[in-house]
Amino acid sequence: MFGRFTDPTAEAFSALQHEPIVLYTVLTVVALGVLLLAVITFFGWWGSLWRNWITTVDHKRIGIMYVVLALVMLVRGFADALMMRVHQAMALGSESAGYLPPDHYDQIFTAHGVIMIFFMATPLLFGLFNYILPLQIGARDVAFPFLNNLGFWITFAGALLINISLGIGNFGRVGWLAYPPLSELSGSPDTGVDYYLWSLQLSGVATTISAVNFVATIIKMRAPGMAMMKLPVFCWTALVANVLILMIYPVLTIALALLIGDRYLGMHFFTNDGGGNPMVWINYVWIFGHPEVYVLILPAFGILSEVVPTFSSKRLFGYTSMIWAILVILILSFLVWAHHFFTMGGGVAVNTFFSIATMIIAVPTGVKIFNWLFTMYKGRIRLEPPMLWCMGMIFTFVGGGLTGVMLSITPADWQFHNSLFLVAHFHHTIIGGVVFAYLAGLIYWFPKAFGIKLNRTLGIASFWCWFIGFYFAFFPLYILGLMGATRRLQHYIEPSWQPYFIVAMIGAFIIALGILFTVLQFLLVIWYGIKHKGKFPVRENDPWGDTRTLEWSVSSPPPPYNFAVIPHVTTLDAYWHMKTKNVPRKTSGFSSIHMPSNTSAGFWAGILSLILGFALVWHIWWLVAFSFVGVVAVIIVHSFIGDHRGYYFSEALVQETENAFTAYLEAKGR
Amino acid sequence: MTVTAVETTHVAQHHCGDASIKIFGFWIYILQDLFLFATLFANFAVFSSAYDGGSVGKDFINLPFVIFETFFLLVSSISYGFSIVKMYSNNLKATRFWLQITFVLGAIFVGMELYEFMHLIHEGATPSVSAYWSAFFVLVATHGIHVTGGLIWMACMFVHLSCHGLNADNRVRLICLSLFWHFLDIVWIGVFTVVYLLGAL
Repeated sequence: MFGRFTDPTAEAFSALQHEPIVLYTVLTVVALGVLLLAVITFFGWWGSLWRNWITTVDHKRIGIMYVVLALVMLVRGFADALMMRVHQAMALGSESAGYLPPDHYDQIFTAHGVIMIFFMATPLLFGLFNYILPLQIGARDVAFPFLNNLGFWITFAGALLINISLGIGNFGRVGWLAYPPLSELSGSPDTGVDYYLWSLQLSGVATTISAVNFVATIIKMRAPGMAMMKLPVFCWTALVANVLILMIYPVLTIALALLIGDRYLGMHFFTNDGGGNPMVWINYVWIFGHPEVYVLILPAFGILSEVVPTFSSKRLFGYTSMIWAILVILILSFLVWAHHFFTMGGGVAVNTFFSIATMIIAVPTGVKIFNWLFTMYKGRIRLEPPMLWCMGMIFTFVGGGLTGVMLSITPADWQFHNSLFLVAHFHHTIIGGVVFAYLAGLIYWFPKAFGIKLNRTLGIASFWCWFIGFYFAFFPLYILGLMGATRRLQHYIEPSWQPYFIVAMIGAFIIALGILFTVLQFLLVIWYGIKHKGKFPVRENDPWGDTRTLEWSVSSPPPPYNFAVIPHVTTLDAYWHMKTKNVPRKTSGFSSIHMPSNTSAGFWAGILSLILGFALVWHIWWLVAFSFVGVVAVIIVHSFIGDHRGYYFSEALVQETENAFTAYLEAKGR
Repeated sequence: MTVTAVETTHVAQHHCGDASIKIFGFWIYILQDLFLFATLFANFAVFSSAYDGGSVGKDFINLPFVIFETFFLLVSSISYGFSIVKMYSNNLKATRFWLQITFVLGAIFVGMELYEFMHLIHEGATPSVSAYWSAFFVLVATHGIHVTGGLIWMACMFVHLSCHGLNADNRVRLICLSLFWHFLDIVWIGVFTVVYLLGAL
């Protein structure tokens, strides 16, 4: 009836009973959750929340929900990071040094990696894609609005499932890619790895759904005249990233499914007995994992290619070379996976091939760096916060890339492998590359979504805290790695390491200060929203000035239908062209616009898939059957009774909406 | 931002190219499914001799049986083709008839596969015997689950056709399902060759 809950070895509530940190965290989160629900009920926001957000198929609202999810997960994942840094600064001597027992410490570093990649970076990416892509290509929505909503709620289910593991049962103690045989039943008999497997399967399904949607959107729904070589670079990177997703997530899905087969059905893929081979898993996850790195970094390159020209008041240098560099990276990213395990014993020929391929991939990346530098060269550079993040990214990411080239040298890698040098390297590229660029994008497009910019002073303070904090937090790790410190150490016995760990901890706290400033920025916006009773007034369409792409041609926030009149594109940088040619904005004579209807099917499918994942983790088979049939039934019922016709946004309503923006522009004297 | 929707009574005109976008999207889905099966084929190849001293695949492969199984699936693809031909000539009755034939043939295929699995398990060739049998069952069953999904979709399709006939939505659905069905056929040819023909050598 209750599956593994009745099995004492599964330790369903042991963490709550024996780990005060877990207990208080869970109590705090539950209290905050109850408070949030109470506030929503008290102010009677449920109806509006249901109609405008939960059931929405508007890509802009779904984008905002993705970003909110990502930022909450960023705080969760960063809390894990802070706990690890504090612990390691204290962990000299024995297992009892520091404040985290090995069991808990191992869960924390696993959760940190999984959450940051799959439930922070990926949702943030999809949030930006959702909001910006259709606006940049001059479309009114994505190709499949319902699938967009469905994808969000399944991502949400995955994120919730992984966080449930904090209180009920435990999480994997296996590292973010869960190498067998440790992740097999023989090494991890309890629920931790099952939480890992099922939350990632949910995330994988959602990511695939969204990728199909974005590829179809970019290929099929571009504004008339927007040929592929007139597509903004951000859209190009989004296209390539989504094609990569479609090629690599199936590999992850299968790898996870095979491990599920091992754990649930007694199969022998990655076990040491029965003819299985753990190295096969390691190949699969890195065939997935290495291109996944490019899924994250390519859109970051896209963001820079939008922000740098805007704040240099120049067109992007080398558009065509940029596109070719992206496509070359798409291909090369599939030829480097084995550099993650040169120590496997693949032999000289295999290691040399992957070593050289890895060095070559630095070339197209270098092309991009030079393109941004040449864009800035002789430009009128304005040091607004998005530009600061971009310059910080260029500076930091080059360093991370260089240590990557160091790691690609096979003999040297035998020394660096699984040391803190590696940890420092990939944080160097992911924080210095992905996070800095995504934050640049978030700040850059924020006024498009809400009509106001984030506070500038706090933004600059936040940047410098992240930037300086990053170097303090990770350069000691490079040194420690060269001194022989391996990753995932719960304690160490070498006294000379401790000062470096303490410096790294200080760096993590400086980053924490940066996050605090960002939170303050958002609180100011929430205060502004409350002052306007949740309705953000229509503001300036082009708040940064010198922007070049179509999303800046519509009001901020954009109307639900995005474009009253679909623009005709003749050149690259379509909006820049419209500005220089003084193309007048149409102010009357609109026609009605067809819109997709809201649906609750995605929400229910998401909730049922959360129940499905939970039941699978705990072996509650009747609930598995019930929720699986439920998910399928929701989709089938949606195909029968769902509103596929949509509705029309009437001419009068379009006129009224556009008039509000016209009035704003006239008040501004334009 | 409250949107007061003006519901229209006439059948909504989808923005032009709606059907082509849906079919394109379905192609993209099929391509990612192809990567899914590619991984499974690679996986089967890696473990194709990992018997761990247990039962060897060759001793259990009953080629005549599988050839009949294959025959049913391939013919179901032809009958689906007829169904689509009839859809284009707006003949609902014939469309439905050929779809029913397809359904029956597909169901026979799934039934035969289940029989084969039960037979194998009865003979002691279970998924937990060795990596070879794990890979065998996962590859063949993933295809079988896809076919079963196609059958469920087809069952829904009969209801859709009874409700609305050959309207625009149902035409797109029929075309997507036919892509799916032919795709599974092609994958089965791969399974037949790699698992059964090469396995029987």
